[in-house]
Amino acid sequence: MPLTFPIFMDYHSTTPVDPRALTDMMPYFTDRFGNAASRSHSFGWTAEEAVEHGREQIAKLIGASSEKEIVFTSGASEATNLAIKGVAEFYKDKGNHIITSVIEHKSVLDSCKRLAKEGYEITYLGVDREGRVDPEAVKNAITDKTILVSIMLANNEVGTVQPLAEIGKITRARGVLFHSDAVQGIGKVPFDVDAMHIDLASMTAHKLYGPKGVGALYIRRSKPRVRLVAQMDGGGHERGVRSGTLNVPGIVGFGKAAEVMMTEGVEESRRILGLRERLRERIMSRLDQVFINGSMTDRLPGNLNLSFNFVEGEGLMMAIKDVAVSSGSACTSSSLEPSYVLRALGVGDELAHSSIRFGLGRYTTEEEVDFVADLVVEKVTKLRELSPLYEMYKEGIDLKSVQWVAH
Amino acid sequence: MAYSAKVIEHAENPRNVGTLDKNDPHVGTGLVGAPACGDVMRLQIKVTDGGVIEDAKFKTFGCGSAIASSSLATEWLKGKTIDEANEIRNVDIVQELNLPPVKIHCSVLAEDAIKSAIADYRHKQESLQAVSKTASRG
Repeated sequence: MPLTFPIFMDYHSTTPVDPRALTDMMPYFTDRFGNAASRSHSFGWTAEEAVEHGREQIAKLIGASSEKEIVFTSGASEATNLAIKGVAEFYKDKGNHIITSVIEHKSVLDSCKRLAKEGYEITYLGVDREGRVDPEAVKNAITDKTILVSIMLANNEVGTVQPLAEIGKITRARGVLFHSDAVQGIGKVPFDVDAMHIDLASMTAHKLYGPKGVGALYIRRSKPRVRLVAQMDGGGHERGVRSGTLNVPGIVGFGKAAEVMMTEGVEESRRILGLRERLRERIMSRLDQVFINGSMTDRLPGNLNLSFNFVEGEGLMMAIKDVAVSSGSACTSSSLEPSYVLRALGVGDELAHSSIRFGLGRYTTEEEVDFVADLVVEKVTKLRELSPLYEMYKEGIDLKSVQWVAH
Repeated sequence: MAYSAKVIEHAENPRNVGTLDKNDPHVGTGLVGAPACGDVMRLQIKVTDGGVIEDAKFKTFGCGSAIASSSLATEWLKGKTIDEANEIRNVDIVQELNLPPVKIHCSVLAEDAIKSAIADYRHKQESLQAVSKTASRG
């Protein structure tokens, strides 16, 4: 297949809608445009039926025992806000302590930050060099005031997959609720809310080839029955948990995307892992001073996060502008701070500035992988010729011994 | 963010990349920035006995705007006297490259690199003169 440009290798940021999901969605924009909350006519009934079908498809994908455990939201950030703030508010008489990790998504960290201002106690667990949370650390952090533990399924930057089953065993034994931001991993690595003892899980459609603007929160209904306080007031949709007219075409697309993942996800992950390894080998066998960020054992199949020493990440992204990737470099953020995730892994600021995240997915081809590998090798080589640091390194100067004049 | 055409042009075709002999008394070297901050510039000038910059070279670790700023600086330096070079301001670079506010620090770094290279050259010349004075006295 001939290459078309630009090449998309940023599947952690979003994914295109699978044409099968789009086909299913289309009638719900026009002919079947009804409001799922309309109880008095067939337009409403048709829409409601479609929503319930979507709910079943999503429940099945994550191993939920009932489709009633799925509450639709506008996306995963809303689902996470609802889970953390809703649980905190409902259980405030039981306790005020929440445990999470330092590498969570901002929707988790900022929800916790807001709760901290309201008097909740938050414990932020560190991670090891590969980005893993230690289940023992979770166990040791639990107090009789702990109401919730929130640990992600897989990290969006370095792809580290967390030991959720082990953590779930601990939280269940201690009677503490367990929330997981499962956005990056659903359909790509094993995820089962029952097997892992997960009580709440945030999801979004657009990371698994569904449309943007629709997500869901899994809320366990039995053993234990999770209760939370709604964060959106209005018409009492979604059993009063999330008011607001449902995004029917979005839900239909989300459902279909989940169904496709259910049947094809395992095989697809195997194929993507093969491509990821091809990319890694083709880059690392031809360049020195390239470091892998994250784990090589517990990692999303489509994630490759590399630091190219002596080359700045944004400069490299510009040099490979026909390829869409992302970087942990400060220059790509408005804060001018390098990635907090890489920092938490103990990656030095120098290497954090030199990091590139490649995200491979459903439509990544072998030709694309080979092209990107060749391009990266060529451009890193060129940028190193331009880099005073590489020259100093080649001369045997220890860069750590240099007195840098920071500005 | 989208880059200006001039930044892209310089970053893709950087001018005057290279290394001058830092031990040459006619060469001034400026090394500014820090790897931990994500940008390091090394700018070198070679100055004639008449005080004119006859050559300028750079190497930069940094984003496209940092590379473009230093590339542009070397272009401007060539043919200028030391005093003229000292007049180059970061805002001139910002204007020429249409740098957005978040990239202004790249131009500041380039101005620092120029100043630092000139200072290094002057320092070398002063110590040379001191040596020759001592020698003639002897």
